[in-house]
Amino acid sequence: MEAKTKDLWVFVETNEDGSAKNVGIELLAPGRDLAAKQGGALVALVVGSNVEAAVEEAATHGADKVVVVDSPEYKQFSTDAYAAVLTAMIEKYGPTSFLMGATPNGRDVGPRVSCRLQTGLTADCTALDVDEETGCVCWTRPTFGGNLMAVIMCPDHRPQMGTVRPGVFKKPAVTENKAEIIREEFHVDAASIRTRILEIIREAEGENVDLEGAEIIVAGGRGVGSAEGFDVLRELCDALGGTLACSRAAVDAGWIGHAHQVGQTGKTVGPKLYIACGISGAIQHLAGMTSSDYIVAINKDADAPIFGVADFGIVGNLFDIVPALTAEIKKR
Amino acid sequence: MNILVCIKQVPDTNEIKIDPVTNTLIRAGVPSIVNPFDGYALEAAARIKDNDPDTKIVVMSMGPAQAEDALRECLAIAADKAYLVTDRAFGGSDTLATSYILKSAIEYVESWEGKFDLIFCGKQATDGDTAQVGPEIAEHLGYSQITYALEVQQASAEGIQVLREADDCNQVIASDCPCVVTFTKPSFDPRFPTIKRKMAARKATINQITAGDIPGIDLTRAGLKGSPTKVKTSFVPPRKEGGVMIQAETPEEIAAKLFESLNGVHVI
Repeated sequence: MEAKTKDLWVFVETNEDGSAKNVGIELLAPGRDLAAKQGGALVALVVGSNVEAAVEEAATHGADKVVVVDSPEYKQFSTDAYAAVLTAMIEKYGPTSFLMGATPNGRDVGPRVSCRLQTGLTADCTALDVDEETGCVCWTRPTFGGNLMAVIMCPDHRPQMGTVRPGVFKKPAVTENKAEIIREEFHVDAASIRTRILEIIREAEGENVDLEGAEIIVAGGRGVGSAEGFDVLRELCDALGGTLACSRAAVDAGWIGHAHQVGQTGKTVGPKLYIACGISGAIQHLAGMTSSDYIVAINKDADAPIFGVADFGIVGNLFDIVPALTAEIKKR
Repeated sequence: MNILVCIKQVPDTNEIKIDPVTNTLIRAGVPSIVNPFDGYALEAAARIKDNDPDTKIVVMSMGPAQAEDALRECLAIAADKAYLVTDRAFGGSDTLATSYILKSAIEYVESWEGKFDLIFCGKQATDGDTAQVGPEIAEHLGYSQITYALEVQQASAEGIQVLREADDCNQVIASDCPCVVTFTKPSFDPRFPTIKRKMAARKATINQITAGDIPGIDLTRAGLKGSPTKVKTSFVPPRKEGGVMIQAETPEEIAAKLFESLNGVHVI
């Protein structure tokens, strides 16, 4: 399709309670910069059910306009309903660029939309810029498990679409709400939603595994040694308000569930603080966590590759260091 | 049931090295493997066949001639038939072009293999890591899709029920057939091939499909020309520098120093 405007759109995904997922608000930060370089407005697209909180958050984080589609059929994510509404809004308004979070839902529906519009989509971007010569978005993304970075452009098709990893960008500063709010009526009938969610299963012990949204992560690997070994990491998590994660070795050993796994065959995370305990730092693990702001590595082996990406390294036994750190934090 | 599993041959990322002089990926001599996520998709199909032996499993790959090896491995593990979609005209395809070519090849193969009830793919390939080709095949075919599948709980020609990973929970989700399902890592290990199947796979025919075979394929939508996205440049990511090693006599002193350091950069 042809772009009708120079506007840049950010898809603000919502939770079932109508609040915005963090990544959508985070994307308003690079969105502001790209929109200015492309000479258009920054528009947030909020879709969900009872989404006033998300609309308010987008409007107070720099969006010039907020397009809202608020209807019960969007309360629970479905590929069919979201592909339909995103495509319809893009076709109606014709933005030149479209950003969305590389969340499970974003990665599910993004390619459906780009394919329906016959345009290019660049997945899992970690940096964004505008090419001075052509005015196209330069999408930087990791490939080969993070061994190589590629810069992708979509020169002749619009909108230029990309998904961006959560946590790569920080939420922009709060601004005065000057946004124009545009409410759209768009409905998807129940019969055209072809998938049915029969059951939601949350972890039995109620442990938080929203790693993608976590600000502090404490992760354990082979060096933890057993399922019980994770207890010292749980105590550190509790003291820090962090989320528990692990490397593939710990999952393969049966010490902890796959939902906690960070790395190429697990989750990609970008917390403020990542504490790697007994993790050697295989390239597949690094691919999932190197965009963390600060990395602490605790490992017995001074030659472990994890120290190559760490801001703070400690060579030592995690069962000595981690409880001491927990005690130190509790003291303060 | 009639199941198609789409697979890709990828370089083993465990073996990837960076040339310290040119700072580029060394690809020569890197072994090729079946993309691990595609292996999970094949295992899911094999488990359906364990319960329903009338199930037919067809594997398809797009790639150069050497991707035959990957297809043979799938035949050895569980597949009944294998198709290699290969043509110079397909080289340089991005995900949109790749999924268009695969959709065209799927429709062509269905003219004698029969309609596929289910199309299984890995969640993503470990070289490109895009996770786009599966959903784009579903879109081209107009089918429903289920992504991030962990395991199939029930499957018949009418429909499928799958356990999938969502943001912060797992879901049991169902769809009518035909449906495209993309798989992530399950809680179990995929099976290994038996010696007998390995021997048979070595002699099996890998059916080649070229651009000229597929009736009505629009080659302006294939290859570099048919790809909306272009790679501008690539580079090896810079290693983080300036890491600090924290040393002290006792764990307590180390913990105190670490706390001060983290406090100093305002993360705790």
